[in-house]
Amino acid sequence: MKAYFRVAWAVLWKDLRVEWRTKDMFTSMAVFAVLALLIFNFAFELRVPDKRMVVPGVLWVTVAFAGVLGLGRAFITEKDRGSLSGLLLAPVDRSAIYFGKMVANLIFILVVEALILPLITVFFNVPLITLPLLLILLLGTIGFAAVGTIFSALTVNTRAREVLLPILLFPVLLPVLVAGIRATIGLLEGDTLNDLANWVQLLLFFDLLFLIVAYLTFDYVVEE
Amino acid sequence: MIPSRRTLNILNVLALAGMLVAIYMAMIQAPFAINLTETDRWAQRIIYFHVPSAWSSMLSFLITFIASIIYLARGGQKWDIIARSSAELGIFFTVAAIVSGSIWARPAWNTWWTWDPRLTTYTIVLLLYIAYFMLRNAMDDPSRRARFAAVYGIFAFLSVPITFMSIRWWNTIHPVIMSPEADFGLGPGMTRAFITTNIAFTLLYFTLLANSVRLAWTVERVAALRERILQVH
Amino acid sequence: MTSVLIRVQGLQKSFGRHRVLRNLNFDIEAGTSVALLGPNGAGKTTLLRILATLSRPTAGRVTIAGVDIGANPEGIRQYIGLVTHAPLLYDDLNAMENLEFFARLYGLSDAEERIRDLLTRVGLYHRRKDRVRTFSRGMVQRLAIARALLHDPPILLLDEPDTGLDPQAAEMMNDLLKELSGGERTILMTTHHLERGLEVADRVTILSGGRLVFDAPASGISYGELRPLYDEYVGVGAI
Repeated sequence: MKAYFRVAWAVLWKDLRVEWRTKDMFTSMAVFAVLALLIFNFAFELRVPDKRMVVPGVLWVTVAFAGVLGLGRAFITEKDRGSLSGLLLAPVDRSAIYFGKMVANLIFILVVEALILPLITVFFNVPLITLPLLLILLLGTIGFAAVGTIFSALTVNTRAREVLLPILLFPVLLPVLVAGIRATIGLLEGDTLNDLANWVQLLLFFDLLFLIVAYLTFDYVVEE
Repeated sequence: MIPSRRTLNILNVLALAGMLVAIYMAMIQAPFAINLTETDRWAQRIIYFHVPSAWSSMLSFLITFIASIIYLARGGQKWDIIARSSAELGIFFTVAAIVSGSIWARPAWNTWWTWDPRLTTYTIVLLLYIAYFMLRNAMDDPSRRARFAAVYGIFAFLSVPITFMSIRWWNTIHPVIMSPEADFGLGPGMTRAFITTNIAFTLLYFTLLANSVRLAWTVERVAALRERILQVH
Repeated sequence: MTSVLIRVQGLQKSFGRHRVLRNLNFDIEAGTSVALLGPNGAGKTTLLRILATLSRPTAGRVTIAGVDIGANPEGIRQYIGLVTHAPLLYDDLNAMENLEFFARLYGLSDAEERIRDLLTRVGLYHRRKDRVRTFSRGMVQRLAIARALLHDPPILLLDEPDTGLDPQAAEMMNDLLKELSGGERTILMTTHHLERGLEVADRVTILSGGRLVFDAPASGISYGELRPLYDEYVGVGAI
């Protein structure tokens, strides 16, 4: 059990260090997110009576699209130099590698969100940075990273991997987006987390279920 | 699990008979719904096609889910063939359910399309399993294709009920104007037709699955044989 | 008890309908080094990946010290070092960090000294703070060997460690391999390079068309004898 956490931690630490050096994922996700926000701004400027009404949708759609862009790169670094095989040689259960990479992806997306939130607050003039909203965003992002990490490992071995990832990912993630958007609307309209308990539960259930399924199936995705 | 030709023949005859009975029950035997206009009375009969299609599609994806789990746990090409064949049929029945629902919605709700939880869920389901086949087609090595498809088949199926719940809860925010249940109150004659058509469609599904599985299995055997012949020289 | 360390019985591996390995049977005694020769596509890489538990056999059995590798892959991995065509290293980490990372995967406690020692042995200590991205092919390959030796594995699997090296780097690699094969370690090395195979190994085998077509002690055969044999077997196997 100690070895398991040690490997997961080592993988996480390695991913963070490589990303810190190259900033590959962060740059692509961040630039994309800012572009998306600008385009949304123009898309809704004249037609929507109050831009603030579209903020929940803007937030989650931007996170989803920027996130899938970053996830697409998560296993490419492992694939190109064959280093995934190096990871797989580690004398532990392979799901430890999944959890290490999943937490790394989670952190990358959270960092991008930390950039998006103040930008939306400024661009759309809506105070988004509240504790309940951060909680909802965290729960949604966990689900996103849980499913996204294993699907990224799936698609990296296929043709047209960049195109395939969002097509596989979004229909499975729909409940996360629905719950996230709905809960954000509620919070902006003055609901408390208690009023939104069913959405929080749905997100928790989704996260837990798919973390378990990913834990059980990751081995089949990386073996030959 | 690979059905013999004899089994197929029996199934084919049974399914044909079942579908003929189903058509009779749905179009002639079942009484008209009361309190509906002439057009709506006929449109209401689409329920005998729509609900069995929807049921069969869910059954198909359930079988894909189960076959995927067995494939990962125990291996065996036949389980991959069953999963794939069943997913194909699932797409077929899903399209049937969506189209028939849409045709019914036109006279009943005065619109071709509503974001009703069921209809929306079915659309997502359709996308899930189109993605399933896109994933399959993006790989060349058959054992990897089978493994990856099985993993995705498990994720896809498990997400369906959560999607349904989320859309349903979403809609409760805006009051539900149109509830399908209100239109689907069934009298005794109608219940009989309803059950019969559902059984007939279930039989149809298993018959199509059996045919499809045997065909795919035969194709595999021919290809394997060809490989062996080519190696002897 | 037997001195056989690796036993391969009826091993088969197919990718779809393409049969890469067909019914392989052989034993490797502990402490020997075996050269596995054969053309591209003969199944050498596949065999090594199966032994390293990266790939699952379609049929047959592989045991290491009597333990089936499918039964306890996590345990087996602790005792195996692998060098492949791909270096299995991270371009954006430096030599030191790469080894530290893999030391952590293997749970080595006294890694610092071991890493310094290995980097010195493969002649990269002065470049330890440089990113792998800036290394030449030969340097990457030497670092890959250091990575494989990190946990001091009793079994070393080398997949064409000499490919793409300039003569000087190949010479260095040769010395390193000879040094490695001298000790208690069991080595299975694939190569196209017949002379090097003969020089380094105790036993020479040829894999062709997924079958082991030749197997003899290296001391009993010279390069002049091996070359025509190899060409004949490979010619037959390649179809």
